[in-house]
Amino acid sequence: MIANALAATENAAPGGSPVVQFTDVSLAYGEIPALAHISFAMQAGETRIVLGAAGSGKTTLLKTTVGLVAPDSGHIYLFGEEVTGRKESQLFDIRGKVGILFQEGGLFDSLTIAENVAYPLLNQHALHGDTYSHPPSDEEVERLVRESLSFVELEHTLDKFPSELSGGMRRRVGIARAVVTAPQLMLYDSPTAGLDPITANTIINLILKGRDLRNAATIMITHRYQDGHLMANFRYNPSSGKIEPAGSSQLTTRFFVMREGRLVFEGSETELRASTDPYVQKFGRPGSA
Amino acid sequence: MVASALPKSAILGVRLLDFFKKPVETFQEFLFLSGRAFRNIVRAPHYVDDILLQMDAIGVGSLFIVSLIGFFSGLVMAMQMARALSTYGAQGQIGQIVSITLVRELGPVLASLLVAGRNASGIASELGSMRVTEQIDAMRALGTDPIQKLVTPRLIAMAVVLPLLTIIADFLGLVGGYLISATMLNIAGSQYWTSAWQILEYNDLTQGLLKPFLFAIVIALVGCYYGINTSGGTQGVGRSTTKAVVVSSVWIFVITAMLDPFFVNLP
Repeated sequence: MIANALAATENAAPGGSPVVQFTDVSLAYGEIPALAHISFAMQAGETRIVLGAAGSGKTTLLKTTVGLVAPDSGHIYLFGEEVTGRKESQLFDIRGKVGILFQEGGLFDSLTIAENVAYPLLNQHALHGDTYSHPPSDEEVERLVRESLSFVELEHTLDKFPSELSGGMRRRVGIARAVVTAPQLMLYDSPTAGLDPITANTIINLILKGRDLRNAATIMITHRYQDGHLMANFRYNPSSGKIEPAGSSQLTTRFFVMREGRLVFEGSETELRASTDPYVQKFGRPGSA
Repeated sequence: MVASALPKSAILGVRLLDFFKKPVETFQEFLFLSGRAFRNIVRAPHYVDDILLQMDAIGVGSLFIVSLIGFFSGLVMAMQMARALSTYGAQGQIGQIVSITLVRELGPVLASLLVAGRNASGIASELGSMRVTEQIDAMRALGTDPIQKLVTPRLIAMAVVLPLLTIIADFLGLVGGYLISATMLNIAGSQYWTSAWQILEYNDLTQGLLKPFLFAIVIALVGCYYGINTSGGTQGVGRSTTKAVVVSSVWIFVITAMLDPFFVNLP
């Protein structure tokens, strides 16, 4: 608990400003709205579960958060700094504080698992500028890569290539790569999509573990209500090394439901389940979506 | 209502503008990508390993096919020209004809078309697959400029390697021509090689090396442009690959047609 509290203090954005803040953000692909007047803010240690039908703008929301897609209007702030309007080269530093798991994994086919996980350590400018006075040594990189892969229980895959792993294993490597730099904000795009229920639960447990060990702010896109339920009601206990019921900490997890680029619901799990909106109801029931 | 109030000529004008909007937009994006790729040549970080890997993939990988086609094009040309030249009793000039045709035009164009078919498609499909599997987004998210990491090394490698491949194709074409002149026309080797060498001027060598250099830039950038802008999953990768080969091949002929009037009129 003390460790978490300390981590929370460290992770807080400058001046106590939100880790992520969207102010009236809109974006359209041609005539089709992907984001329509989205506004929200989240603090360090909080979790947002984003639900919604395919094509409702969930992935776009995630990509605009780190400037991979530029909005047509509105403002996005990460750790108190405005992301919108920045050049690509000016975004590298701030992206160094964010870990992302892409829907397709985003692992580099031509690199081994070890090289994939080491990639952010060797390439993210912010790390070299802030955490390290110079690029990390080979020994340091190897230690962090091994630590990260052992976190997802895949340290035996160091020299393999992504194509040699199963879908669930690739997703776990993606998590290892996302957490290797100990980022303050984690973004997960459909981490359990296409996986069997057992592997999906393993992935959610790893996400919970990553969140609670470092008290990182987390945005998770998912089609499965169960994923959100686990994130809202369970926590990782570092003492016992087990996932346990969360108790009061569920207050820090809020659910979003998106439809055609709009945020049609924002609230707690209880409010989600009590919603009378037929569209929201589709995502707010166990076994839904 | 508004459209119906417009005169027919205005409606036609609007439709014409709409028709050209997409190609102009594509060309503009292509120029932006090219500008960034060139600017990155002088900017750190420099991915030397990637440049060497690409040189190997493009240069060593294309060496056999370029050599083969170069050899046979010289061989076939010598055979065809021998018949025409014999009409005028000018078979002794076979070396000159093969040499000028290969060095000025056929060598650069054939080698570039082969490399376009082999490598523009390879580049577009590789980068396109990276695009649809979110590897390019991941690269950006993990602190790397994809143009610096993927486009600039391919541009440099192609610009270095294609002129070298062209020299090899030219030489093997001359060897092919020599085989025909020696076996079918009974022309002495010294006569063939002397005439083939002496006819060449700096003008010929300049265009013979400038052309593949320019073609290389076009092939690399077109392949990268279509690869990086792939959308629509695996079908999109297929479309990008086809477009990359077609567009780069067309540009090879357009550029050579634009350059030839300049070089032909040189003293």
